[in-house]
Amino acid sequence: MSSKPLVPAVEGWHTMTAKPHLIGTQCKGCGTYFFPKQSDYCRNPDCESTEFDEVELSRTGHIWSYTNACYKPPAPFVAHEPFVPYAIAAVQLETEQMVILGQVIGGLTVDELKVGMPMELVLEPLHETDNDIKVTWKWQPLAQ
Amino acid sequence: MSNEIAILGAGMHPWGKWGHNFVQYGVAAAREALADAGVPWQDVRFVSGGATIRCGYPGFVAGATFAQALGWQGAEVNTSYAACASGSQALAAARNKILSGECEVALVVGADTTPKGFLAPAGGYRPEDPDWLRFYLGITNPTYFALYARRRMDLYGDTLEDFAAVKVKNSLVGSKNPRARYRKCFTAEDVAASAMVADPLRLMDICATSDGGAALIVSSLEYARKMGKGDAPRVAAISTVTPTFASGVVEMPDIATDSAAAAGVEPHAYRASLPIKAYEEAGIGPRDISLAEVYDLSTALELDWIEDLQLAPRGEAAALLRAGDTALGGKIPINVSGGLACFGEAVPAQALSQICELTWQLRGQAGDRQVKGAKVGITANQGLFGHGSSVIVKK
Repeated sequence: MSSKPLVPAVEGWHTMTAKPHLIGTQCKGCGTYFFPKQSDYCRNPDCESTEFDEVELSRTGHIWSYTNACYKPPAPFVAHEPFVPYAIAAVQLETEQMVILGQVIGGLTVDELKVGMPMELVLEPLHETDNDIKVTWKWQPLAQ
Repeated sequence: MSNEIAILGAGMHPWGKWGHNFVQYGVAAAREALADAGVPWQDVRFVSGGATIRCGYPGFVAGATFAQALGWQGAEVNTSYAACASGSQALAAARNKILSGECEVALVVGADTTPKGFLAPAGGYRPEDPDWLRFYLGITNPTYFALYARRRMDLYGDTLEDFAAVKVKNSLVGSKNPRARYRKCFTAEDVAASAMVADPLRLMDICATSDGGAALIVSSLEYARKMGKGDAPRVAAISTVTPTFASGVVEMPDIATDSAAAAGVEPHAYRASLPIKAYEEAGIGPRDISLAEVYDLSTALELDWIEDLQLAPRGEAAALLRAGDTALGGKIPINVSGGLACFGEAVPAQALSQICELTWQLRGQAGDRQVKGAKVGITANQGLFGHGSSVIVKK
């Protein structure tokens, strides 16, 4: 196992805690959530607010749909060699009423997923550089 | 006052991976449309082009590029970029010019030359661009098509065999279309033997990218009558509406949907909203439709569109397919051109190619692909960043 430091693949998009959360914003005017963060203008057509709170989004939800990637995506994706297929889930968050995409943790296949299945957010490596290991959010089935 | 305009001519350069400059395809399509219409190029007073963003500056000013290639003759020009709906937006610009009385006859044209392989984003480290970000996280175009397909399977009981049947149906009719790129009749076994790309979609469930060009000559109804073409097919409606907040379906290239958590906000499905305005504008309902050309970026997506166009209740498109109703000779034939399955996508030309097919069908000139008694056709397509369109053509 590499002793390189773990750093977020994209800075400021999730906490680096043991039970991680995605970091979004919430409009102070109408309560709409945004992920990725939106801090300049509210996209609700009935709201003119320009003020937002940074919030941690729910770290659990239910599968809206799922698939996998059997072929290596083009850059900027950095692939393992040889390429290992991974599953992808679109997960619906109840409080925020939004669907968020992400890879599913390594080792899990589409055969183990189903629409409606409860999932939780975890962190896993996305790729390694000379200096560090870039981690990102992934979905895993919620421990019952 | 009628909002209708006449379609006097249609033309297409065959789809393929020819590797020529896109202008060549556009000129060939335009000349075929002009000849089909019997309109001299010098009489065209407005040239409305669909832009291509992959062919440099000439592509960004496609309207002028095509006008120059056909020979400057002092017409006014316009260029529209609206992703997959570019052709429809260019057509809408021509319609506005005609209905305002500024011009009697216009050329609408789009063409593209496409690179090989996955469509990839621009380089650098640019996490603020959703298109860059999703590729970095490993989410490609087929991911989205597969998410929609899987939902159909889990919610409605659609099967892999249903998706393969869409490909088999479209390849059979596309084999009779000389303008199609893929003209082989594929079997369900062929589809099942192709490589899995994004479960449940295999290589043969997903459309390719192609070179191609399509063009229309459109005019006022009065001009058409003067030409003795008062019975030419008419554009009865063009819908290019945006989505409505909050989008309830995760759309390419986004990593998340809108949030529908605020009071008074409900999640909406964009695709289903596109034909609503078209039906209203035309004063025509789904029951009046003889045939539809829909954007089958994947086999499963054709089934979604059938329901979005209200040609079947939600979740029941596969039943229509299984009964043979969506095939040539069925109750409501879908994609009798062969669809994207047989053409591949040439973005700025694709929406126009759908209208070309409807034009030939409504004139009764579609040969082996002819839908008997076709009177009203509808198109549907959707692209990136809130662009989509639905056009109704009637006799």
